[in-house]
Amino acid sequence: MGDYIEVRWHGRAQQGVVTAAKVLGEAALMMGKFVQAFPEFGPERMGAPVRAYNRISDEPIRLHGQVTNPSIVLIVDPTLIGTVDPCEGTPEDGVFIINTPAGAAVMRDKLGLAGKGQAKVYTVDASKISTESIGRHIPNTSMLGALAKVTGVVDLDSLLDDFKENYSKKYSSKVIEGNLEAIRRGFEEVKGE
Amino acid sequence: MAVEEKNTRCQVGLTGNSAVAYAMKQINPDVVAAYPITPSTGVMEEFSSYHADGKVDTELITVESEHSAMSACVGAAAAGARVMTATSSQGLALMWEVLYIASGMRLPIVLACVNRALSAPINIHCDHSDSMGARDSGWIQLYSETVQEAYDNMLQAVRIAEHPDVLLPVMICLDGFITSHAIENLCTLSDSEIKEFIGQYKPRHSLLDTDNPVTFGALTLQDNYIEIKRQQSQAMDMAKDVILSVGKDFEDSFGREYGFLESYRMEGADVAIVILSSAAGTTKVAVDELRRSGKNVGLVRPRVFRPFPYKELSEELKGVKAVAVLDRVDSMSSFGGPLFVETRSAMYGLENAPAVIGRVFGLGGRDYRVADAVDVFELLLNIKDTGNVDKVVDYITVRE
Repeated sequence: MGDYIEVRWHGRAQQGVVTAAKVLGEAALMMGKFVQAFPEFGPERMGAPVRAYNRISDEPIRLHGQVTNPSIVLIVDPTLIGTVDPCEGTPEDGVFIINTPAGAAVMRDKLGLAGKGQAKVYTVDASKISTESIGRHIPNTSMLGALAKVTGVVDLDSLLDDFKENYSKKYSSKVIEGNLEAIRRGFEEVKGE
Repeated sequence: MAVEEKNTRCQVGLTGNSAVAYAMKQINPDVVAAYPITPSTGVMEEFSSYHADGKVDTELITVESEHSAMSACVGAAAAGARVMTATSSQGLALMWEVLYIASGMRLPIVLACVNRALSAPINIHCDHSDSMGARDSGWIQLYSETVQEAYDNMLQAVRIAEHPDVLLPVMICLDGFITSHAIENLCTLSDSEIKEFIGQYKPRHSLLDTDNPVTFGALTLQDNYIEIKRQQSQAMDMAKDVILSVGKDFEDSFGREYGFLESYRMEGADVAIVILSSAAGTTKVAVDELRRSGKNVGLVRPRVFRPFPYKELSEELKGVKAVAVLDRVDSMSSFGGPLFVETRSAMYGLENAPAVIGRVFGLGGRDYRVADAVDVFELLLNIKDTGNVDKVVDYITVRE
């Protein structure tokens, strides 16, 4: 279908899922990639399940349909597992990164991936990291750090540079520093099986 | 058409709405009057920020409805101002009667239409029901495949609208959510490049020029009305040369090529799809796939729908055996969508004219996938082989 990587984000409204996809797109663009980042819009209410998507490629991306077969899935809110199907459309060697204090083996079972050895499951306690580094429960930036470590679709420096460059006007320096710390800690603390 | 940049160094990642708002900021129009509506809200949200931050000299008029928005645009444009607005769906529908007044009074207003379905049933997602319903309102219409093209079209629209041979309003269309809310790579131009490209607007007539009084919108009955409408029609015809010359100037200045339509892999094509906007990108992926397996398929994407480039379109399609025209709107005429009807009409009378079928797709944001385009191409190849057209018009991407 084309030489690009597709990413799907699962979260709830107000958890920064759309922003996470945006930052990933911008950071990958800084690395010289062609990108798309777009949310899936539905009724807008706090706490509702939301998805956001990325396509990342070395070539211009012409495809404009929905992302239906992502090879990378990030679950920002683990309570969604069971409500929505994060595995939907994923290939056998899909990569799953979940915000949870639980271990990857536990989450593999919860996702119904037991025995499916090619799928890779990683966990990071992004909620704890964000509470400690930003002072608020905004787990999205630590998830980006974890994504950089696990997949390499984006590198840590590009994420940090993008956040510094594009968000300094919008947020106070304290919030920026907190998020940069959250990205770094996500990178360092993500664990596989 | 638009040359794809292989180097992303100069690029930024912006959504279609942000790109349109940024173009408006750089154009720095005299007056913007708007009433926000999904999915075009982001355009006005961001432009309002530029306005609040003192980044533009624009007089921003926040009105109580889209009918008022277009009315304020008409008044400001008649006064000689460079005027812009943005809307979608019901908003464009509410502007309806004033759209005709803008074009009839020959006011070069630029409107960004972020395409969205019309009620009922209510739906916020993309189709072309809004702008296609306005296809006979006397506005020039340019359809954008990508964020880059939406941005570039905004800049060219100003030049096209204000050209003395044209003096018609221009509607720039981009797909709601698919383009308006998606971040894509974008090469922006500098403010000074844009200032030089669009130049200063010198209105031929101004209501505020009391030394040279003029009347706009006077009562004309059997004596003059038809002459004025014919002049308007001739202006739409003359817009063709202007669109090409502005496109050429844009290409010479900034390297990206713009004409009436984009042909994609039409060399030696047996069959072709004709389709507008973002869905053309998805169709190109299908073309590449089928070409790899030796099937000679191609795509023609009109960028300009008003004026309708019937000669160029029939020239582009005359060598193929079967054509499918895909409309993201239904005319509810029981004879397919408007792009189908007009493309088929453009082919009439050609020697060995291809079979032309129409398919309505993607209404209300229904996903249009590469597999859907492949299915249409396979159907066309079958028509080419058998000469058998089962259904001239039909729906695709629909549950049966």
